[in-house]
Amino acid sequence: MKPFTFERAASPAEAAAAAARTPGSKFIAGGTNLLDLMKLQIETPAHLIDVNGLGLDAIDLIPEGGLRIGALVRNTDLAADERVRRDYGVLSRALLSGASGQLRNKATTAGNLLQRTRCPYFYDTAQPCNKRQPGSGCSALGGFSRQHAVMGVSDACIATHPSDMAVAMRVLDAKVETVRPDGNKRSVPIAEFHTLPGDTPQVENTLAPGELITAVTLPPPVGGTQIYRKVRDRASYAFALVSVAAIVQRDGSGRVALGGVAHKPWRVEAAEAELPNGPKAAAEKLLAGARTTPDNAYKIPLVERTLGAVLAKARG
Amino acid sequence: MKFDTPAEPNAIDQLKVVGQPLDRIDGPMKTTGRAPYAYERHDVAPNQAYGYVVGSTIAKGKITSMDIARAQAAPGVLAVVTAQNAGPLGKGDMNTATLLGGPEIEHYHQAVALVVAETFEQARDAAQAIRIDYAPADGAYDLAASRDKAAKPEKLTGGPPDTAVGDFDGAFAASEVRLDETYTTPDEAHAMMEPHASIAAWNGDELMVWTSNQMIAWARKDIAKTLKLAPEKVRVSSPFIGGGFGGKLFVRADAVLAALGARAAKRPVKVALTRPLMFNNTPHRPATIQRIRIGASREGRITAIGHESWSGDLEDGKPDGAVSQTRMLYAGENRMTTTRLAVLDLPEANAMRAPGEATGMMALEIAMDEMAEKLRLDPVEFRIRNDTQVVPDDPGRASGSDPQGKAPSAGGDSNQRRAFSQRKLVECLRLGADKFGWSSRNPQPASTRQDGLLIGHGVAAAFRNNQVVKSGARVRLDARGAIQVDTDMTDIGTGSYTIIAQTAAEMMGVPIGRVTVRLGDSSFPVSAGSGGQFGGNCSTAGVYAACVKLREEIGRKLGFNAADLVFADGEVRSGGRSVPLAEAARDGELVAEDTIEFGAIAKKYQQSTFGAHFVEVGVDPFTAEIRVRRMLAVCASGRILNPKTARSQVIGAMTMGVGAALMEDLVVDKRAGFFVNHDLAGYEVPVHADIPHQDVIFLDETDPVSSPMKAKGVAELGICGVAAAVANAVYNATGVRVRDYPVTLDKLIEKLPSAA
Ligand SMILES: Cc1cc2nc3c(=O)[nH]c(=O)nc-3n(C[C@H](O)[C@H](O)[C@H](O)COP(=O)(O)OP(=O)(O)OC[C@H]3O[C@@H](n4cnc5c(N)ncnc54)[C@H](O)[C@@H]3O)c2cc1C
Ligand code: SF4
Repeated sequence: MKPFTFERAASPAEAAAAAARTPGSKFIAGGTNLLDLMKLQIETPAHLIDVNGLGLDAIDLIPEGGLRIGALVRNTDLAADERVRRDYGVLSRALLSGASGQLRNKATTAGNLLQRTRCPYFYDTAQPCNKRQPGSGCSALGGFSRQHAVMGVSDACIATHPSDMAVAMRVLDAKVETVRPDGNKRSVPIAEFHTLPGDTPQVENTLAPGELITAVTLPPPVGGTQIYRKVRDRASYAFALVSVAAIVQRDGSGRVALGGVAHKPWRVEAAEAELPNGPKAAAEKLLAGARTTPDNAYKIPLVERTLGAVLAKARG
Repeated sequence: MKFDTPAEPNAIDQLKVVGQPLDRIDGPMKTTGRAPYAYERHDVAPNQAYGYVVGSTIAKGKITSMDIARAQAAPGVLAVVTAQNAGPLGKGDMNTATLLGGPEIEHYHQAVALVVAETFEQARDAAQAIRIDYAPADGAYDLAASRDKAAKPEKLTGGPPDTAVGDFDGAFAASEVRLDETYTTPDEAHAMMEPHASIAAWNGDELMVWTSNQMIAWARKDIAKTLKLAPEKVRVSSPFIGGGFGGKLFVRADAVLAALGARAAKRPVKVALTRPLMFNNTPHRPATIQRIRIGASREGRITAIGHESWSGDLEDGKPDGAVSQTRMLYAGENRMTTTRLAVLDLPEANAMRAPGEATGMMALEIAMDEMAEKLRLDPVEFRIRNDTQVVPDDPGRASGSDPQGKAPSAGGDSNQRRAFSQRKLVECLRLGADKFGWSSRNPQPASTRQDGLLIGHGVAAAFRNNQVVKSGARVRLDARGAIQVDTDMTDIGTGSYTIIAQTAAEMMGVPIGRVTVRLGDSSFPVSAGSGGQFGGNCSTAGVYAACVKLREEIGRKLGFNAADLVFADGEVRSGGRSVPLAEAARDGELVAEDTIEFGAIAKKYQQSTFGAHFVEVGVDPFTAEIRVRRMLAVCASGRILNPKTARSQVIGAMTMGVGAALMEDLVVDKRAGFFVNHDLAGYEVPVHADIPHQDVIFLDETDPVSSPMKAKGVAELGICGVAAAVANAVYNATGVRVRDYPVTLDKLIEKLPSAA
């Protein structure tokens, strides 16, 4: 860990301004991802801005319908919220499938969206990794890649985004609200929030330098049967090999997003039109253009079969 | 005390304290955080500084330059130790690679420097400022690719590397039913909770090390050897250990570097290995490739059984003993085993819980399941049919020599082979089958569905040899009638404190609360230590021996001349006379010390422990996720000294077996030569949610050949066979036979029956 300076911001706008002012600064929320990465010198911020005291920890009803979830709402509190459990069950289920009780008590909504990949080479500073050290190469290509992405990958990086929560938010069409250092606010559809690795795997989202997440908004409830199915080698406390977030309506129509297959939650609108035709048809569209390694080729049949499990469950 | 003839009835047989399911006496300390682990012993030496270990980032080659100037100048830094400035160092007898590497690098994350600073954070920060240039060399990292270059090792624990009895090739070729399959097991990590950690302090040329180590006497010897000190100058203390599983049998870099750091910084230094360092810096269980051939008659009698195993280690390293159980477990007149060792430049391979049988049973017990299926026999029945009460592969016969001059004259019918001291494999299988409800298992694979899952049931035998190792203890009676036991035995979470206290309480006729046990200090008599499932039986036998001496001493002191003294209720009794025990120590403590030593009897009989594992799994028909639903172990392993601590050992071992079956896998990067998943997020072990209800049954057995305690090991028996029982259950559930561990969903997914 590099020595760093520390401040507590007084307001969201000031936090953003402070971040722009101080080179090498980072926000810290729950710290469950950032601190681990700092100890290993994967993240080396010179300055930390604590955003815990900014009053961003409420979940409010939006008058026109929907929910506004403060950026600092803890994963535990979000999963337990009555409105979330009733109207956005997929989100509650996704959250509860992640990490552990202790971690969820600390982890925040914004921090969860911004958590970094779990690629083991990213975690070993002695190994080449384009995401950690642009231009050094990708060790996962030709190495151990059982967890890695099959969709939207590049020659530079095949890492996944590990969040469960984000997959549910993607299927719910959430939006990410931010404030920039100049005080301007914007709202980014989650589809456009995370990016694919391309040639710049170190870039993982469309936030500008210093831009602070203030909230995530959910549109009015859409009903349906809401399922989050996470597939993993052990029953708990493991990242998804593949996950499926689905909202299936009584008429068989629905939406579906995948976790564990790409650098971002993976959703293909064309696949959703195929849902009434069954998992095979939908999976074909979801996985069109997949690029696998010998280690992760199993994800292709696994996605189809997991989708099958979800659709079977939705049928009841 | 020399243990040379089978144990007679003795005071332990009273079973007033021994054999009772008592709580662990260290339990309250552990659960309230008052049992300090090595790194937390803040009070043992003042002014402790912090050391941080730097690991090599190449697997093989040389350090060409090392710039430590920036680290030395960093805030708070007291010293930087490297091979260049540490002075001449030796290597411990138990270590394969050196513990402080450079310029030669032998494996990834081999320690190459220690930074000592006022705080942990300063040490870590400075460590990251060290710049090292390497000249990497090509290494061999892939066991499968090195298989053909593997050589016959000089030795194998427990016997010669190769054995042959009868005519295996001829008999196998002539067998009516044959199986010839190859199985693989991956490298595995001990992954215990407490990392390796040590605090070291010098007093002149004397060194004190507070550490976490299973084998105190080995630790003292190897620390001395590495630092070129006389062993008397080194004292080691390790009273509480947060798990070891064999990972702490040997001195590791934390202890040696803490000592070197303390010397350089001129103050006490503490060092813990960080989690990411543990997987490549410390030993692991090596991967194996195992070919098993079994030939049998149509009635299911084994006529030929062959087991070949390949594993790898650094130059001068050791092979895994995966073939060892195959020499003893099942009958069959024609037999062969071979062991081959490849040189691999991966981190050092070494013992992990039940080394040998753990991996061997993973393969052999799938092979037995496959063979039973070929024979259309129930797998329980097939095993029973091939039971043997004598060692079928007696090494004396196999090698054609008879060093002891005790083997029966040539002729070779089976009753001339060595007998097992106890062998209740069949009873374990039968009782287990009954309790588990085996008869209602559907033998047809992939055809039982329940709760939306594919259900399967699997069985495997359990087998692990029982080793005996000499063990000493000192016992003391004070004027209050209290007993104190001192021995360098360790408690790695197993319950040693408790069973030793039970033994002393039984022998001296006092309640267990009157016994204090002190462990893990090299100033105490040398014990067997914690390893190879010999610690429980042997260390208590050592305490028994010391107590026998103390009883004699007390008898003399109190003027009894009878040999039939009774020690009970805090009194000594004989012929109507009864004296409080405390009387004997009225003029001063009485102290007795003795060591149990195992004589020829240990060679006359084969001592092994037996069991059976039964497992039910549910496999998701869509995703192929495997979850264990039920487990039962039946163990026949001599007297159970404390059913509660023994059960804990067995359920822990069963849990570890589930890990081996379903998830544990140190993945080798075959290009750079290291274990990639080097933390507990990447190296998965079972979590609570993975472990269902576990039942353990101990057969009521005593083994007078094993020791005066009539006990044997059980903690390693518990893991042997579990993984195969799980794998066999997965086969029964899905019809997919996986021969490469771990059995993960990617190996099933394409072959699963249709989900609906
Ligand atoms: C052992 C373990 C297991 C886990 N398992 C899972 C799992 O199964 N599924 C899963 O989804 N997750 C899992 N996680 C990840 C966990 O969900 C994240 O660590 C957590 O959500 C991060 O939130 P945080 O508030 O602690 O973020 P922090 O660590 O505080 O921050 C993370 C990043 O977000 C940035 N940031 C924080 N707040 C803001 C803001 N308001 N605006 C802009 N940037 C901000 C920080 O600068 C930092 O870069 C696991 C983590 C651990 C340690
Ligand atoms: S996959 Fe991405 S994160 Fe992993 S090594 Fe390659 S570049 Fe780094």
